[in-house]
Amino acid sequence: MTRQKRSHHRLKRAVAPYLYLSPSLLIIGLLMLLPMVTVIGYSFQNSAVLRRDPSFAGLKHYQAIFADPVFWASLWHTLYFTCMSVVFHMTIGMVFALMLNSDRINPTLRNILRVLYILPWLFTAVIIAVIWRLLLEPNGVVNSVLMQMGIIGSKVEWFSSPATALHAVTFANIWAGYPLFMVSLLAGLQGIPRDFYEAADIDGAKAYQKLIFITIPQLMPIIISISLLDFIWTMQVFPLIWITTGGGPIYSTEVLSTYTYKLAFSSYNLSQASASAVVILLISLGLTLLYIRYQKAR
Amino acid sequence: MRKRHTPKDRLITVALHVALAAGLFFAAFPIYWMLSSSFKSNTEIFALPPTVLPKAFTLEAYAAILGDPVKLRFFFNSYFVAGAVTVLTVLIALLAAYGFSRFNFRGKGSLNTLIISTQTIPPITLLIPFFGLVVSYGIFDTYVALILTYLVFTLPYAILLMTGYLNTLPRDLDEAVAVDGGTSWTALWRVIVPISLPGIVATSVYTFLLCWNEFLFALTLTKSTSMRTVPIGIQLLMGQHAFEWNQMMAMSVLGSLPLLIIYLVAQRFFLAGMTAGSVK
Repeated sequence: MTRQKRSHHRLKRAVAPYLYLSPSLLIIGLLMLLPMVTVIGYSFQNSAVLRRDPSFAGLKHYQAIFADPVFWASLWHTLYFTCMSVVFHMTIGMVFALMLNSDRINPTLRNILRVLYILPWLFTAVIIAVIWRLLLEPNGVVNSVLMQMGIIGSKVEWFSSPATALHAVTFANIWAGYPLFMVSLLAGLQGIPRDFYEAADIDGAKAYQKLIFITIPQLMPIIISISLLDFIWTMQVFPLIWITTGGGPIYSTEVLSTYTYKLAFSSYNLSQASASAVVILLISLGLTLLYIRYQKAR
Repeated sequence: MRKRHTPKDRLITVALHVALAAGLFFAAFPIYWMLSSSFKSNTEIFALPPTVLPKAFTLEAYAAILGDPVKLRFFFNSYFVAGAVTVLTVLIALLAAYGFSRFNFRGKGSLNTLIISTQTIPPITLLIPFFGLVVSYGIFDTYVALILTYLVFTLPYAILLMTGYLNTLPRDLDEAVAVDGGTSWTALWRVIVPISLPGIVATSVYTFLLCWNEFLFALTLTKSTSMRTVPIGIQLLMGQHAFEWNQMMAMSVLGSLPLLIIYLVAQRFFLAGMTAGSVK
Protein backbone atom coordinates (compact mmCIF):
# COMPACT_ATOMS: atom_id res chain seq x y z
CA MET A 1 0.00 0.00 0.00
CA THR A 2 1.22 3.51 -0.69
CA ARG A 3 1.47 5.93 2.17
CA GLN A 4 -1.42 8.01 0.90
CA LYS A 5 -3.65 5.00 0.57
CA ARG A 6 -2.70 3.87 4.05
CA SER A 7 -3.59 7.19 5.66
CA HIS A 8 -6.87 7.19 3.77
CA HIS A 9 -7.53 3.72 5.13
CA ARG A 10 -6.68 4.86 8.63
CA LEU A 11 -9.09 7.79 8.38
CA LYS A 12 -11.82 5.39 7.31
CA ARG A 13 -11.11 3.14 10.30
CA ALA A 14 -11.35 6.19 12.57
CA VAL A 15 -14.70 7.38 11.25
CA ALA A 16 -16.31 3.98 10.68
CA PRO A 17 -17.32 3.16 14.28
CA TYR A 18 -19.19 6.44 14.61
CA LEU A 19 -21.06 5.73 11.39
CA TYR A 20 -22.03 2.27 12.58
CA LEU A 21 -23.23 3.68 15.88
CA SER A 22 -25.00 6.72 14.48
CA PRO A 23 -28.48 5.22 13.92
CA SER A 24 -28.56 3.88 17.48
CA LEU A 25 -27.22 7.07 19.00
CA LEU A 26 -29.69 9.14 17.01
CA ILE A 27 -32.61 7.09 18.30
CA ILE A 28 -31.38 6.99 21.88
CA GLY A 29 -30.58 10.71 21.81
CA LEU A 30 -33.83 11.87 20.22
CA LEU A 31 -36.22 9.42 21.79
CA MET A 32 -34.68 8.83 25.18
CA LEU A 33 -32.33 11.57 26.31
CA LEU A 34 -34.32 14.45 24.82
CA PRO A 35 -37.63 13.26 26.34
CA MET A 36 -35.89 13.01 29.70
CA VAL A 37 -34.89 16.66 29.43
CA THR A 38 -38.44 17.46 28.28
CA VAL A 39 -40.10 15.80 31.25
CA ILE A 40 -37.83 17.68 33.63
CA GLY A 41 -38.88 20.86 31.81
CA TYR A 42 -42.57 19.94 32.11
CA SER A 43 -42.22 19.52 35.87
CA PHE A 44 -41.34 23.21 36.19
CA GLN A 45 -44.23 24.44 34.03
CA ASN A 46 -47.90 25.18 34.68
CA SER A 47 -50.31 23.17 32.48
CA ALA A 48 -47.49 21.39 30.67
CA VAL A 49 -48.42 19.73 27.35
CA LEU A 50 -51.98 21.08 27.58
CA ARG A 51 -51.10 24.72 26.84
CA ARG A 52 -48.98 26.19 24.07
CA ASP A 53 -47.23 28.77 26.26
CA PRO A 54 -47.04 27.33 29.75
CA SER A 55 -45.83 29.66 32.49
CA PHE A 56 -42.90 28.89 34.79
CA ALA A 57 -44.01 27.19 37.99
CA GLY A 58 -40.80 26.86 39.94
CA LEU A 59 -40.89 24.06 42.47
CA LYS A 60 -44.65 24.29 42.94
CA HIS A 61 -45.42 20.84 41.55
CA TYR A 62 -42.73 19.16 43.60
CA GLN A 63 -44.10 20.85 46.71
CA ALA A 64 -47.60 19.69 45.80
CA ILE A 65 -46.41 16.09 45.50
CA PHE A 66 -44.43 16.10 48.71
CA ALA A 67 -47.47 17.53 50.52
CA ASP A 68 -49.70 14.76 49.15
CA PRO A 69 -50.18 11.87 51.61
CA VAL A 70 -51.06 9.56 48.69
CA PHE A 71 -47.58 10.14 47.26
CA TRP A 72 -45.96 9.02 50.52
CA ALA A 73 -48.31 6.05 50.75
CA SER A 74 -47.36 5.11 47.17
CA LEU A 75 -43.68 5.41 47.98
CA TRP A 76 -44.13 3.13 50.98
CA HIS A 77 -46.14 0.57 48.98
CA THR A 78 -43.54 0.63 46.21
CA LEU A 79 -40.82 -0.02 48.77
CA TYR A 80 -42.72 -2.87 50.40
CA PHE A 81 -43.72 -4.41 47.05
CA THR A 82 -40.17 -4.14 45.71
CA CYS A 83 -38.23 -5.33 48.77
CA MET A 84 -40.51 -8.31 49.36
CA SER A 85 -40.40 -9.21 45.67
CA VAL A 86 -36.61 -9.05 45.44
CA VAL A 87 -36.05 -11.00 48.67
CA PHE A 88 -38.44 -13.76 47.66
CA HIS A 89 -37.31 -13.85 44.03
CA MET A 90 -33.81 -14.39 45.35
CA THR A 91 -34.81 -17.00 47.94
CA ILE A 92 -37.05 -19.02 45.65
CA GLY A 93 -34.61 -18.67 42.75
CA MET A 94 -31.78 -19.88 44.97
CA VAL A 95 -33.71 -22.84 46.40
CA PHE A 96 -34.87 -23.95 42.96
CA ALA A 97 -31.40 -23.54 41.46
CA LEU A 98 -29.79 -25.56 44.26
CA MET A 99 -32.41 -28.29 43.97
CA LEU A 100 -32.01 -28.51 40.20
CA ASN A 101 -28.24 -28.55 40.53
CA SER A 102 -28.24 -31.46 42.97
CA ASP A 103 -26.69 -34.70 41.72
CA ARG A 104 -29.44 -36.63 43.48
CA ILE A 105 -31.93 -36.16 40.64
CA ASN A 106 -31.78 -37.78 37.29
CA PRO A 107 -30.72 -35.60 34.35
CA THR A 108 -33.91 -36.05 32.32
CA LEU A 109 -36.07 -35.05 35.27
CA ARG A 110 -33.76 -32.11 35.86
CA ASN A 111 -34.19 -30.86 32.30
CA ILE A 112 -37.97 -31.23 32.38
CA LEU A 113 -38.26 -29.44 35.70
CA ARG A 114 -35.96 -26.66 34.58
CA VAL A 115 -38.22 -25.97 31.61
CA LEU A 116 -41.32 -26.00 33.82
CA TYR A 117 -39.87 -23.88 36.63
CA ILE A 118 -39.11 -21.09 34.15
CA LEU A 119 -42.70 -21.00 32.87
CA PRO A 120 -43.99 -18.06 34.98
CA TRP A 121 -41.40 -15.82 33.38
CA LEU A 122 -42.89 -16.43 29.91
CA PHE A 123 -46.20 -14.81 30.68
CA THR A 124 -47.01 -11.20 30.08
CA ALA A 125 -47.80 -9.08 33.14
CA VAL A 126 -51.36 -8.62 31.93
CA ILE A 127 -51.91 -12.36 31.66
CA ILE A 128 -50.33 -12.94 35.07
CA ALA A 129 -52.72 -10.36 36.48
CA VAL A 130 -55.71 -12.06 34.88
CA ILE A 131 -54.62 -15.53 36.05
CA TRP A 132 -54.24 -14.35 39.65
CA ARG A 133 -57.54 -12.54 39.55
CA LEU A 134 -59.18 -15.81 38.55
CA LEU A 135 -57.34 -17.81 41.22
CA LEU A 136 -58.06 -15.28 43.96
CA GLU A 137 -61.67 -14.50 43.04
CA PRO A 138 -63.88 -14.64 46.15
CA ASN A 139 -65.55 -17.71 44.59
CA GLY A 140 -62.29 -18.96 43.11
CA VAL A 141 -60.19 -22.03 43.66
CA VAL A 142 -57.82 -20.63 46.30
CA ASN A 143 -60.61 -19.59 48.66
CA SER A 144 -62.44 -22.84 48.08
CA VAL A 145 -59.39 -24.97 48.89
CA LEU A 146 -58.36 -22.86 51.90
CA MET A 147 -61.89 -23.06 53.30
CA GLN A 148 -62.02 -26.79 52.86
CA MET A 149 -58.74 -27.12 54.73
CA GLY A 150 -60.14 -24.91 57.47
CA ILE A 151 -57.42 -22.28 57.10
CA ILE A 152 -59.92 -19.48 56.49
CA GLY A 153 -63.46 -19.37 57.83
CA SER A 154 -65.11 -17.28 55.13
CA LYS A 155 -64.36 -16.08 51.63
CA VAL A 156 -61.50 -13.57 51.49
CA GLU A 157 -61.66 -10.80 48.89
CA TRP A 158 -57.91 -10.87 48.33
CA PHE A 159 -57.65 -8.02 45.81
CA SER A 160 -60.51 -5.88 47.04
CA SER A 161 -59.96 -5.72 50.76
CA PRO A 162 -57.45 -3.08 51.92
CA ALA A 163 -55.96 -5.52 54.45
CA THR A 164 -54.88 -8.12 51.89
CA ALA A 165 -54.63 -6.35 48.51
CA LEU A 166 -50.99 -5.25 48.78
CA HIS A 167 -49.89 -8.71 49.95
CA ALA A 168 -51.86 -10.34 47.13
CA VAL A 169 -50.28 -8.26 44.36
CA THR A 170 -46.86 -8.77 45.92
CA PHE A 171 -47.43 -12.51 45.98
CA ALA A 172 -48.44 -12.53 42.31
CA ASN A 173 -45.31 -10.58 41.45
CA ILE A 174 -43.12 -12.95 43.46
CA TRP A 175 -44.58 -15.84 41.51
CA ALA A 176 -43.95 -14.10 38.21
CA GLY A 177 -40.37 -12.98 38.79
CA TYR A 178 -38.23 -15.65 40.46
CA PRO A 179 -37.10 -17.41 37.23
CA LEU A 180 -34.62 -14.65 36.37
CA PHE A 181 -32.75 -15.38 39.60
CA MET A 182 -33.10 -19.10 39.13
CA VAL A 183 -31.65 -19.14 35.63
CA SER A 184 -28.79 -16.80 36.51
CA LEU A 185 -27.89 -18.68 39.69
CA LEU A 186 -28.08 -22.01 37.92
CA ALA A 187 -25.58 -20.73 35.36
CA GLY A 188 -23.45 -19.44 38.24
CA LEU A 189 -23.58 -22.77 40.07
CA GLN A 190 -22.32 -24.61 37.04
CA GLY A 191 -19.39 -22.21 36.92
CA ILE A 192 -18.09 -23.06 40.42
CA PRO A 193 -15.04 -25.34 40.12
CA ARG A 194 -15.71 -28.82 41.49
CA ASP A 195 -12.32 -28.89 43.26
CA PHE A 196 -13.64 -26.40 45.81
CA TYR A 197 -16.20 -28.93 46.96
CA GLU A 198 -13.78 -31.85 46.77
CA ALA A 199 -11.31 -29.98 48.96
CA ALA A 200 -14.11 -29.25 51.44
CA ASP A 201 -15.11 -32.93 51.43
CA ILE A 202 -11.55 -33.89 52.35
CA ASP A 203 -11.75 -31.45 55.26
CA GLY A 204 -14.98 -33.15 56.31
CA ALA A 205 -17.23 -30.13 55.67
CA LYS A 206 -20.97 -30.58 56.13
CA ALA A 207 -23.45 -29.70 53.36
CA TYR A 208 -24.58 -26.46 55.00
CA GLN A 209 -20.96 -25.40 55.55
CA LYS A 210 -20.23 -25.89 51.87
CA LEU A 211 -23.29 -23.79 51.06
CA ILE A 212 -22.25 -20.93 53.36
CA PHE A 213 -18.52 -20.95 52.71
CA ILE A 214 -18.30 -21.92 49.05
CA THR A 215 -21.56 -21.68 47.12
CA ILE A 216 -22.94 -18.39 48.40
CA PRO A 217 -19.65 -16.43 48.28
CA GLN A 218 -19.05 -17.72 44.75
CA LEU A 219 -22.53 -16.63 43.66
CA MET A 220 -22.33 -13.24 45.38
CA PRO A 221 -21.51 -11.20 42.25
CA ILE A 222 -24.57 -12.63 40.48
CA ILE A 223 -26.77 -12.17 43.55
CA ILE A 224 -25.80 -8.52 43.89
CA SER A 225 -26.14 -7.54 40.26
CA ILE A 226 -29.43 -9.37 39.70
CA SER A 227 -30.83 -7.96 42.96
CA LEU A 228 -30.04 -4.43 41.85
CA LEU A 229 -31.57 -4.94 38.39
CA ASP A 230 -34.59 -6.69 39.87
CA PHE A 231 -35.03 -3.87 42.38
CA ILE A 232 -34.94 -1.24 39.63
CA TRP A 233 -37.35 -3.14 37.39
CA THR A 234 -39.78 -4.14 40.14
CA MET A 235 -39.94 -0.56 41.32
CA GLN A 236 -41.28 0.36 37.88
CA VAL A 237 -43.98 -2.34 37.69
CA PHE A 238 -47.23 -0.98 36.30
CA PRO A 239 -49.51 -3.43 34.43
CA LEU A 240 -49.69 -6.10 37.14
CA ILE A 241 -51.02 -3.64 39.70
CA TRP A 242 -53.08 -1.70 37.21
CA ILE A 243 -55.04 -4.79 36.19
CA THR A 244 -55.37 -6.56 39.53
CA THR A 245 -56.31 -3.64 41.76
CA GLY A 246 -55.81 -0.41 39.82
CA GLY A 247 -54.08 0.97 42.92
CA GLY A 248 -57.13 0.46 45.13
CA PRO A 249 -59.02 -0.21 47.24
CA ILE A 250 -58.70 3.24 48.83
CA TYR A 251 -55.10 3.64 47.59
CA SER A 252 -54.00 0.53 49.48
CA THR A 253 -51.95 -0.73 46.52
CA GLU A 254 -51.10 2.62 44.95
CA VAL A 255 -47.46 2.56 43.86
CA LEU A 256 -45.37 5.33 42.31
CA SER A 257 -46.09 4.24 38.74
CA THR A 258 -49.88 4.02 39.16
CA TYR A 259 -49.87 7.25 41.16
CA THR A 260 -48.02 9.03 38.34
CA TYR A 261 -50.18 7.49 35.64
CA LYS A 262 -53.38 8.60 37.33
CA LEU A 263 -52.09 12.13 37.82
CA ALA A 264 -51.25 12.30 34.12
CA PHE A 265 -54.09 10.48 32.43
CA SER A 266 -57.00 10.51 34.87
CA SER A 267 -56.59 14.00 36.37
CA TYR A 268 -54.72 15.39 33.32
CA ASN A 269 -52.36 17.15 35.69
CA LEU A 270 -49.39 16.51 33.46
CA SER A 271 -47.14 19.00 35.24
CA GLN A 272 -47.51 17.36 38.61
CA ALA A 273 -47.27 13.92 36.98
CA SER A 274 -43.98 15.04 35.40
CA ALA A 275 -42.65 16.05 38.81
CA SER A 276 -43.56 12.62 40.14
CA ALA A 277 -42.00 10.96 37.07
CA VAL A 278 -38.78 12.90 37.71
CA VAL A 279 -38.71 11.64 41.30
CA ILE A 280 -38.98 8.06 40.00
CA LEU A 281 -36.26 8.80 37.45
CA LEU A 282 -33.92 10.10 40.16
CA ILE A 283 -34.41 7.01 42.33
CA SER A 284 -33.77 4.76 39.32
CA LEU A 285 -30.70 6.72 38.30
CA GLY A 286 -29.24 6.47 41.79
CA LEU A 287 -29.66 2.69 41.76
CA THR A 288 -28.35 2.45 38.19
CA LEU A 289 -25.21 4.31 39.25
CA LEU A 290 -24.70 1.74 42.00
CA TYR A 291 -25.22 -1.05 39.48
CA ILE A 292 -22.72 0.37 37.01
CA ARG A 293 -20.09 1.05 39.66
CA TYR A 294 -20.52 -2.49 40.88
CA GLN A 295 -20.21 -3.93 37.36
CA LYS A 296 -17.06 -1.90 36.73
CA ALA A 297 -15.50 -2.94 40.02
CA ARG A 298 -15.87 -6.59 39.06
CA MET B 1 -17.32 -40.38 46.21
CA ARG B 2 -20.40 -39.82 48.28
CA LYS B 3 -21.79 -42.78 50.21
CA ARG B 4 -25.05 -43.55 48.46
CA HIS B 5 -27.13 -46.04 50.33
CA THR B 6 -27.29 -45.10 53.98
CA PRO B 7 -30.90 -44.67 55.20
CA LYS B 8 -30.21 -41.00 55.97
CA ASP B 9 -28.98 -40.46 52.46
CA ARG B 10 -32.05 -42.06 50.97
CA LEU B 11 -34.26 -39.89 53.17
CA ILE B 12 -32.57 -36.75 51.86
CA THR B 13 -33.16 -37.88 48.29
CA VAL B 14 -36.84 -38.52 48.99
CA ALA B 15 -37.20 -35.15 50.73
CA LEU B 16 -35.59 -33.43 47.76
CA HIS B 17 -38.06 -35.02 45.38
CA VAL B 18 -40.98 -33.97 47.56
CA ALA B 19 -39.64 -30.41 47.54
CA LEU B 20 -39.23 -30.56 43.76
CA ALA B 21 -42.86 -31.64 43.41
CA ALA B 22 -43.98 -28.78 45.67
CA GLY B 23 -41.93 -26.38 43.56
CA LEU B 24 -43.55 -27.72 40.42
CA PHE B 25 -46.99 -27.18 41.89
CA PHE B 26 -46.09 -23.59 42.83
CA ALA B 27 -44.66 -22.82 39.39
CA ALA B 28 -47.15 -24.58 37.18
CA PHE B 29 -50.52 -24.72 38.92
CA PRO B 30 -51.58 -21.14 38.04
CA ILE B 31 -50.73 -21.82 34.39
CA TYR B 32 -52.53 -25.14 34.44
CA TRP B 33 -55.55 -23.41 35.93
CA MET B 34 -55.61 -20.85 33.13
CA LEU B 35 -55.38 -23.61 30.53
CA SER B 36 -58.06 -25.81 32.07
CA SER B 37 -60.40 -22.86 32.66
CA SER B 38 -60.15 -21.89 29.02
CA PHE B 39 -61.76 -25.25 28.15
CA LYS B 40 -64.59 -24.90 30.65
CA SER B 41 -67.94 -23.27 30.33
CA ASN B 42 -68.30 -20.07 32.26
CA THR B 43 -70.57 -21.67 34.86
CA GLU B 44 -68.16 -24.53 35.47
CA ILE B 45 -65.28 -22.15 36.27
CA PHE B 46 -66.73 -21.32 39.67
CA ALA B 47 -68.27 -24.72 40.35
CA LEU B 48 -68.01 -25.98 43.93
CA PRO B 49 -65.92 -27.98 44.54
CA PRO B 50 -63.65 -26.72 41.72
CA THR B 51 -63.13 -29.18 38.85
CA VAL B 52 -59.48 -29.91 38.20
CA LEU B 53 -60.16 -31.28 34.73
CA PRO B 54 -62.92 -29.64 32.69
CA LYS B 55 -66.00 -31.81 33.30
CA ALA B 56 -67.66 -30.70 30.09
CA PHE B 57 -64.75 -29.99 27.77
CA THR B 58 -65.69 -27.16 25.40
CA LEU B 59 -63.99 -24.97 22.82
CA GLU B 60 -66.71 -22.33 23.00
CA ALA B 61 -64.34 -19.71 24.49
CA TYR B 62 -61.82 -20.18 21.69
CA ALA B 63 -64.58 -20.07 19.10
CA ALA B 64 -65.80 -16.80 20.59
CA ILE B 65 -62.32 -15.23 20.42
CA LEU B 66 -61.33 -16.54 16.98
CA GLY B 67 -64.73 -15.75 15.49
CA ASP B 68 -64.59 -12.12 16.52
CA PRO B 69 -62.85 -9.84 13.98
CA VAL B 70 -62.25 -7.19 16.67
CA LYS B 71 -60.19 -9.66 18.71
CA LEU B 72 -58.36 -11.02 15.69
CA ARG B 73 -57.34 -7.46 14.97
CA PHE B 74 -55.66 -7.27 18.41
CA PHE B 75 -53.56 -10.26 17.43
CA PHE B 76 -52.72 -8.82 14.03
CA ASN B 77 -51.64 -5.54 15.66
CA SER B 78 -49.43 -7.30 18.18
CA TYR B 79 -47.75 -9.46 15.54
CA PHE B 80 -47.33 -6.53 13.16
CA VAL B 81 -45.84 -4.10 15.69
CA ALA B 82 -43.61 -6.70 17.34
CA GLY B 83 -42.46 -7.98 13.95
CA ALA B 84 -41.65 -4.53 12.58
CA VAL B 85 -39.81 -3.48 15.73
CA THR B 86 -37.84 -6.73 15.76
CA VAL B 87 -36.60 -6.25 12.19
CA LEU B 88 -35.65 -2.61 12.77
CA THR B 89 -34.04 -3.28 16.13
CA VAL B 90 -31.92 -6.15 14.93
CA LEU B 91 -30.65 -4.19 11.92
CA ILE B 92 -29.76 -1.08 13.90
CA ALA B 93 -28.33 -3.03 16.82
CA LEU B 94 -26.20 -5.17 14.53
CA LEU B 95 -24.50 -2.07 13.13
CA ALA B 96 -23.90 -0.61 16.59
CA ALA B 97 -22.65 -3.93 17.97
CA TYR B 98 -20.24 -4.24 15.05
CA GLY B 99 -18.91 -0.77 15.87
CA PHE B 100 -18.50 -1.67 19.53
CA SER B 101 -17.02 -5.08 18.91
CA ARG B 102 -14.54 -4.39 16.11
CA PHE B 103 -13.30 -0.84 16.61
CA ASN B 104 -11.53 1.16 19.26
CA PHE B 105 -12.58 4.76 19.36
CA ARG B 106 -12.81 7.78 21.62
CA GLY B 107 -15.81 7.69 23.91
CA LYS B 108 -16.36 3.93 23.56
CA GLY B 109 -16.41 3.34 27.29
CA SER B 110 -18.84 6.13 28.08
CA LEU B 111 -21.14 5.20 25.21
CA ASN B 112 -21.21 1.65 26.49
CA THR B 113 -22.07 2.88 29.99
CA LEU B 114 -24.78 5.10 28.51
CA ILE B 115 -26.36 2.12 26.77
CA ILE B 116 -26.21 -0.05 29.89
CA SER B 117 -27.85 2.68 31.95
CA THR B 118 -30.66 3.30 29.47
CA GLN B 119 -31.93 -0.19 30.31
CA THR B 120 -33.09 1.05 33.67
CA ILE B 121 -34.91 4.24 32.66
CA PRO B 122 -38.45 4.02 34.06
CA PRO B 123 -41.02 3.73 31.26
CA ILE B 124 -43.44 5.90 33.19
CA THR B 125 -40.92 8.77 33.05
CA LEU B 126 -40.74 8.63 29.26
CA LEU B 127 -44.48 8.14 28.89
CA ILE B 128 -45.45 11.76 29.54
CA PRO B 129 -43.00 13.40 27.09
CA PHE B 130 -43.78 10.70 24.51
CA PHE B 131 -47.45 11.46 24.88
CA GLY B 132 -46.68 15.15 24.32
CA LEU B 133 -44.51 14.40 21.27
CA VAL B 134 -46.87 11.86 19.73
CA VAL B 135 -49.82 14.22 20.00
CA SER B 136 -47.93 17.21 18.64
CA TYR B 137 -46.61 15.24 15.63
CA GLY B 138 -50.09 13.94 14.88
CA ILE B 139 -49.16 10.26 15.19
CA PHE B 140 -51.37 9.50 18.21
CA ASP B 141 -53.21 6.20 17.78
CA THR B 142 -50.97 4.94 14.92
CA TYR B 143 -48.55 2.05 14.41
CA VAL B 144 -45.73 4.55 13.90
CA ALA B 145 -46.12 5.84 17.46
CA LEU B 146 -45.89 2.34 18.91
CA ILE B 147 -43.02 1.25 16.69
CA LEU B 148 -40.92 4.32 17.47
CA THR B 149 -41.45 4.08 21.21
CA TYR B 150 -40.79 0.35 21.39
CA LEU B 151 -37.58 0.83 19.45
CA VAL B 152 -36.17 2.94 22.27
CA PHE B 153 -36.70 0.21 24.82
CA THR B 154 -35.55 -2.73 22.72
CA LEU B 155 -32.42 -1.14 21.26
CA PRO B 156 -30.21 -1.05 24.40
CA TYR B 157 -30.83 -4.75 25.15
CA ALA B 158 -30.32 -5.71 21.55
CA ILE B 159 -27.03 -3.80 21.30
CA LEU B 160 -25.66 -5.42 24.47
CA LEU B 161 -26.78 -8.86 23.38
CA MET B 162 -25.35 -8.52 19.85
CA THR B 163 -22.09 -6.99 21.06
CA GLY B 164 -21.67 -9.87 23.49
CA TYR B 165 -22.19 -12.31 20.65
CA LEU B 166 -19.86 -10.58 18.17
CA ASN B 167 -17.14 -10.46 20.83
CA THR B 168 -17.11 -14.24 20.86
CA LEU B 169 -16.28 -14.40 17.13
CA PRO B 170 -12.56 -14.46 16.26
CA ARG B 171 -11.26 -11.23 14.76
CA ASP B 172 -9.05 -12.92 12.14
CA LEU B 173 -12.17 -13.65 10.10
CA ASP B 174 -12.94 -10.04 9.27
CA GLU B 175 -9.28 -9.00 9.36
CA ALA B 176 -8.74 -11.41 6.46
CA VAL B 177 -11.21 -9.34 4.45
CA ALA B 178 -9.31 -6.16 5.33
CA VAL B 179 -6.04 -7.73 4.18
CA ASP B 180 -7.67 -8.51 0.84
CA GLY B 181 -8.49 -4.80 0.55
CA GLY B 182 -12.17 -5.08 1.50
CA THR B 183 -13.86 -2.48 3.66
CA SER B 184 -15.31 -3.14 7.10
CA TRP B 185 -18.75 -2.87 5.48
CA THR B 186 -18.08 -5.85 3.19
CA ALA B 187 -16.56 -7.76 6.10
CA LEU B 188 -19.75 -7.19 8.08
CA TRP B 189 -22.12 -8.52 5.44
CA ARG B 190 -19.95 -11.19 3.82
CA VAL B 191 -18.31 -12.65 6.92
CA ILE B 192 -19.88 -11.52 10.18
CA VAL B 193 -23.61 -11.70 9.41
CA PRO B 194 -23.60 -15.27 8.05
CA ILE B 195 -21.86 -16.64 11.14
CA SER B 196 -23.85 -14.47 13.56
CA LEU B 197 -27.18 -16.15 12.99
CA PRO B 198 -27.41 -17.61 16.52
CA GLY B 199 -26.80 -14.15 17.99
CA ILE B 200 -29.29 -12.59 15.60
CA VAL B 201 -31.92 -15.18 16.50
CA ALA B 202 -31.39 -14.67 20.24
CA THR B 203 -31.67 -10.91 19.82
CA SER B 204 -34.80 -11.22 17.68
CA VAL B 205 -36.46 -13.53 20.18
CA TYR B 206 -35.82 -11.21 23.08
CA THR B 207 -36.88 -8.11 21.15
CA PHE B 208 -40.08 -9.80 20.06
CA LEU B 209 -40.81 -10.77 23.66
CA LEU B 210 -40.31 -7.22 24.95
CA CYS B 211 -42.70 -5.84 22.31
CA TRP B 212 -45.27 -8.58 22.69
CA ASN B 213 -45.48 -7.90 26.43
CA GLU B 214 -45.57 -4.12 26.33
CA PHE B 215 -48.59 -2.61 28.05
CA LEU B 216 -48.10 0.95 29.30
CA PHE B 217 -47.37 2.64 25.97
CA ALA B 218 -49.94 0.64 24.06
CA LEU B 219 -52.49 1.70 26.67
CA THR B 220 -51.65 5.38 26.47
CA LEU B 221 -50.60 6.03 22.88
CA THR B 222 -53.47 4.25 21.15
CA LYS B 223 -57.16 4.82 21.56
CA SER B 224 -59.33 3.21 18.90
CA THR B 225 -60.23 -0.46 19.26
CA SER B 226 -58.68 -1.22 15.87
CA MET B 227 -55.24 -0.07 17.08
CA ARG B 228 -55.13 -2.01 20.34
CA THR B 229 -52.69 -4.86 20.98
CA VAL B 230 -53.32 -8.18 22.73
CA PRO B 231 -52.46 -7.08 26.31
CA ILE B 232 -54.85 -4.15 26.01
CA GLY B 233 -57.41 -6.43 24.38
CA ILE B 234 -57.34 -8.70 27.42
CA GLN B 235 -57.83 -5.72 29.69
CA LEU B 236 -60.75 -4.50 27.57
CA LEU B 237 -62.32 -7.95 27.76
CA MET B 238 -62.09 -7.69 31.51
CA GLY B 239 -63.94 -4.39 31.55
CA GLN B 240 -66.61 -5.28 29.03
CA HIS B 241 -67.84 -8.62 30.24
CA ALA B 242 -66.47 -8.98 33.72
CA PHE B 243 -67.80 -12.49 33.97
CA GLU B 244 -66.58 -14.09 30.73
CA TRP B 245 -63.65 -15.73 32.50
CA ASN B 246 -63.36 -18.59 30.04
CA GLN B 247 -62.92 -16.13 27.16
CA MET B 248 -60.35 -14.18 29.11
CA MET B 249 -58.40 -17.36 29.76
CA ALA B 250 -58.69 -18.49 26.12
CA MET B 251 -57.38 -15.12 24.98
CA SER B 252 -54.55 -15.35 27.53
CA VAL B 253 -53.62 -18.79 26.22
CA LEU B 254 -53.65 -17.53 22.63
CA GLY B 255 -51.68 -14.46 23.70
CA SER B 256 -49.01 -16.61 25.36
CA LEU B 257 -48.74 -19.07 22.50
CA PRO B 258 -46.06 -17.32 20.42
CA LEU B 259 -43.71 -16.99 23.38
CA LEU B 260 -44.37 -20.54 24.56
CA ILE B 261 -43.65 -21.93 21.12
CA ILE B 262 -40.46 -19.93 20.73
CA TYR B 263 -39.40 -21.00 24.20
CA LEU B 264 -39.96 -24.68 23.60
CA VAL B 265 -38.36 -24.64 20.15
CA ALA B 266 -35.43 -22.35 20.90
CA GLN B 267 -34.86 -22.52 24.63
CA ARG B 268 -31.22 -21.64 24.49
CA PHE B 269 -31.83 -18.42 22.56
CA PHE B 270 -34.49 -17.50 25.02
CA LEU B 271 -32.27 -17.92 28.02
CA ALA B 272 -29.51 -15.97 26.30
CA GLY B 273 -31.79 -12.96 26.16
CA MET B 274 -33.08 -13.43 29.66
CA THR B 275 -29.69 -13.16 31.26
CA ALA B 276 -28.33 -10.56 28.85
CA GLY B 277 -26.85 -7.56 30.51
CA SER B 278 -27.12 -9.04 33.96
CA VAL B 279 -24.47 -11.73 33.88
CA LYS B 280 -21.17 -11.17 32.20
